[in-house]
Amino acid sequence: MQHEVTERSGAFVVALHGDVDLDTSPSARKILLECVGKRRPVLADLSGVTYIDSSGVASLVESLQSARKGGSTFALAAVSEAAMRVLQLARLDKVFTIYGSVDDGLARDG
Amino acid sequence: MEGKTFEPVLSFHFEARADRLKGVREKMLECATRCGCSEALARDIVIAVDEACQNIVRHAYAGQGGPAVLECRLVGGDLEILLSDSAPAVDPATIKPRDLDDIRPGGLGVHFIRTVMDTVEFQPSPTGVGNLLRMTKKVR
Repeated sequence: MQHEVTERSGAFVVALHGDVDLDTSPSARKILLECVGKRRPVLADLSGVTYIDSSGVASLVESLQSARKGGSTFALAAVSEAAMRVLQLARLDKVFTIYGSVDDGLARDG
Repeated sequence: MEGKTFEPVLSFHFEARADRLKGVREKMLECATRCGCSEALARDIVIAVDEACQNIVRHAYAGQGGPAVLECRLVGGDLEILLSDSAPAVDPATIKPRDLDDIRPGGLGVHFIRTVMDTVEFQPSPTGVGNLLRMTKKVR
């Protein structure tokens, strides 16, 4: 898994690429929580996620809860088909705010 | 399914460690596809098997690693998946899905397995050592 963090419109965009699994989700969790901890809106770009497992989903849930606790926002954007299937299985597709694209998310959330 | 003929389609020995799971997923995807699963079904089965392997890595071997075997066979129209390890026996009663209305990190793996697969059961290990998880999914 690789990640890329960019600052756009006052928000952090965290793009995750590759498989977010038991081996790599600790890295994803660390970078997401670091960004959320700065109390600015965070948008996770999941367009490049080829696989995500329960540990990866747990990182997203933890980031959402941390953002809410800190009075900020955490949303998902451009969710790949593979990631969306897992969110649906977890019935989390209605829990997260999900934007069709990063630009859409920044326009409304950033 | 006793008495029915079965066709072995995969026997894959691996070290139950987090960094080996990608290889297990690739093997499972290739096997499910070869057995006639649609891409969507094959990917769902991969999710279930990956989560079951994670339980071996995290709970059975407590992150220390150990041998595991993934075996698949076609029994009639069902894909039967047997996942075994050599770890101390795990009490199946402790492996339960959590309430999805309780939004919190963790505890989703068992839910994924039970949602995707038709049957999921722990069976006595034929060797008397370790754990054996049997899962089936109708694929034909």
